[in-house]
Amino acid sequence: MQSQSALSRLGRLHSGTAWAVLAVLAVVALVVVPVLHTVLPQDSPLYMPGWMVTLAGRFLCLALVALALDLIWGYTGILSLGHGVFFAMGGYVMGAHLTRVAHDDGSVPNFIQWLDYSDWPWYWAGFESFAFTAVMIALVPGVLAFIFGFLAFRSRVRGVYFAIITQALTFGGMHLFYRTETGFGGDTGLTDFDSLLGFDLAQAQLGLFLASAVVLIMAYLLCRWIVTSKLGRVLTAIRDAETRLRFTGYDPLRYKLFVWVVSAVLCGIAGALYVPQTGVINPSEMAPPQSIEMAIWVALGGRGTLAGAILGAGIVNVVKTWATSAYPDLWLYILGGIFIGVTLFLPHGVVGLLRRRKEASQ
Amino acid sequence: MNTLAKSMDDFRELMRRDQVFDIVNRPADNATVDMSHGVALYLESITKSFDGFRALDDLTLYIGDGELRCIIGPNGAGKTTLMDVITGKTRPDAGTAWFGNRINLLRLKEHEVAQRGIGRKFQKPTVYENHSVFENLELAMHANRGVVTSLTWRLNGEQADRIDEVLELIGLTGERDRLAGLLSHGQKQWLEIGSLLMQNPRLLLVDEPVAGMTGQETEATAELLTSLAGKHSVVVVEHDMDFVRSIARQVTVLHQGSVLAEGSMDQVQNNPRVREVYLGEEE
Repeated sequence: MQSQSALSRLGRLHSGTAWAVLAVLAVVALVVVPVLHTVLPQDSPLYMPGWMVTLAGRFLCLALVALALDLIWGYTGILSLGHGVFFAMGGYVMGAHLTRVAHDDGSVPNFIQWLDYSDWPWYWAGFESFAFTAVMIALVPGVLAFIFGFLAFRSRVRGVYFAIITQALTFGGMHLFYRTETGFGGDTGLTDFDSLLGFDLAQAQLGLFLASAVVLIMAYLLCRWIVTSKLGRVLTAIRDAETRLRFTGYDPLRYKLFVWVVSAVLCGIAGALYVPQTGVINPSEMAPPQSIEMAIWVALGGRGTLAGAILGAGIVNVVKTWATSAYPDLWLYILGGIFIGVTLFLPHGVVGLLRRRKEASQ
Repeated sequence: MNTLAKSMDDFRELMRRDQVFDIVNRPADNATVDMSHGVALYLESITKSFDGFRALDDLTLYIGDGELRCIIGPNGAGKTTLMDVITGKTRPDAGTAWFGNRINLLRLKEHEVAQRGIGRKFQKPTVYENHSVFENLELAMHANRGVVTSLTWRLNGEQADRIDEVLELIGLTGERDRLAGLLSHGQKQWLEIGSLLMQNPRLLLVDEPVAGMTGQETEATAELLTSLAGKHSVVVVEHDMDFVRSIARQVTVLHQGSVLAEGSMDQVQNNPRVREVYLGEEE
């Protein structure tokens, strides 16, 4: 009975068509990509080289960030311009693990030696264990978000004021990690990783891609569960008429805090999966423009639709990859142009445009 | 076993309610509303100043259980501040506010006041525009407000029937699945009243319910509010004197933050001081 109702709840997450689309995308990621990468001969035109698999894996991580941001911005109406800090926290936790694994011979990295420590400082303890790291990936961004969110939401900080203090949060985090004394490698950050869970990182591209894909699908279903439940309707009600909701007997603080922490944890997981695929984590991930760019992904794809957020992250990052190599000086202008264009012409993003097309054709 | 039984007895002795200090027996914050004395709301000597301006000045007001009370008064008389104090939005500088005999309103936050059974309708109709009419009522339904509960929440048959009942009452059965944002102004007012009813409140605070309504809608609203009285206590703040005349049994006139007069509509209208400060300006 229990499992049956759980199944029927799963069924109600989506219409049949949407489930089919999701299944096709999952097959592409989990079957087609591995085949293209491993089975096809290297001279085949469809062969997918390792760098391309890694690039796709990174995009999946960024899509997860967009998903997390959409939950808090698109559905709950709380604009965060500081999600980079949660992404970086997850990234640093994973980076710390990879650094300790790379130094399992008992040596310590240069930046630790420069601080006149002969051994790892106390806050590096435990990161040699993957299990501990896995817990910390969720816990560090989660606790940071909980404390920050509790203080901000309890004081009823809203709208643009909230967005500004999230910028301050990520800006402060960036400066903290730029300091060499903080003990996380200063402006170089953490790099020179070699293996994860015993796999050589240079050979683990496909594994990391698959892990990113599985996590993204699960996170998508989790978000879908949240937004199609009554909780999701409460979140939208917070966005549309928070005072009304309060006088209806709901405490918006709890709901906001819940979704804010979920969003931060998802973002941290994305960061943790991203770092082994780029091979470095440094404080520039917490630079305010990074977080603003995340908001642009969501705005471009379409706020308040999960598929839109993923789509937006995909579009912007594909354009970015192309533009930063073809016209590196122009990239910021292009990004600014996209943002202005979306604000003026696509208030509901690409998904809104598609939806309008569909309605017009009916 | 004997020792256990004995210590249980000792424990019971210790917990006897008639033997402990009063402070230990203080009503719990989640006490249910108790109107056994026939009074729904006790407001005594409430004072609230904003930057030296006394919005409420030593105001004392009692609302009976099941009563329909109209509060009138010129702009700035303190009507909205009064609502804010009752619903926990504003804390008064002095005075006491009790809901029934047991619930101290001044210790509760807005959502807690609402959970104890006070519903409030705002002047400007506020509904969740991106939710359907049905979902608006579902969100307002009296139920556990926990985050986890809402994640696994499913409506049972009885609750769905209750929603349909309220839809019928507010005349929106045909609009069940429409987005609330697409309703007319009057329909939104009604939906908001319906949302209040879903909360099963003991006391309804209704701020200018007929503002912007057509004559016919006003009449229907008057009928609805009078039918609610008896089961619920209803406090209506309204400017429209014809409307007040059509529903009011008891009228309270506020002026400069305190009660100027109280009584039936006729008594109030013939009160010379009321005529001077309020009605006189109109007629």
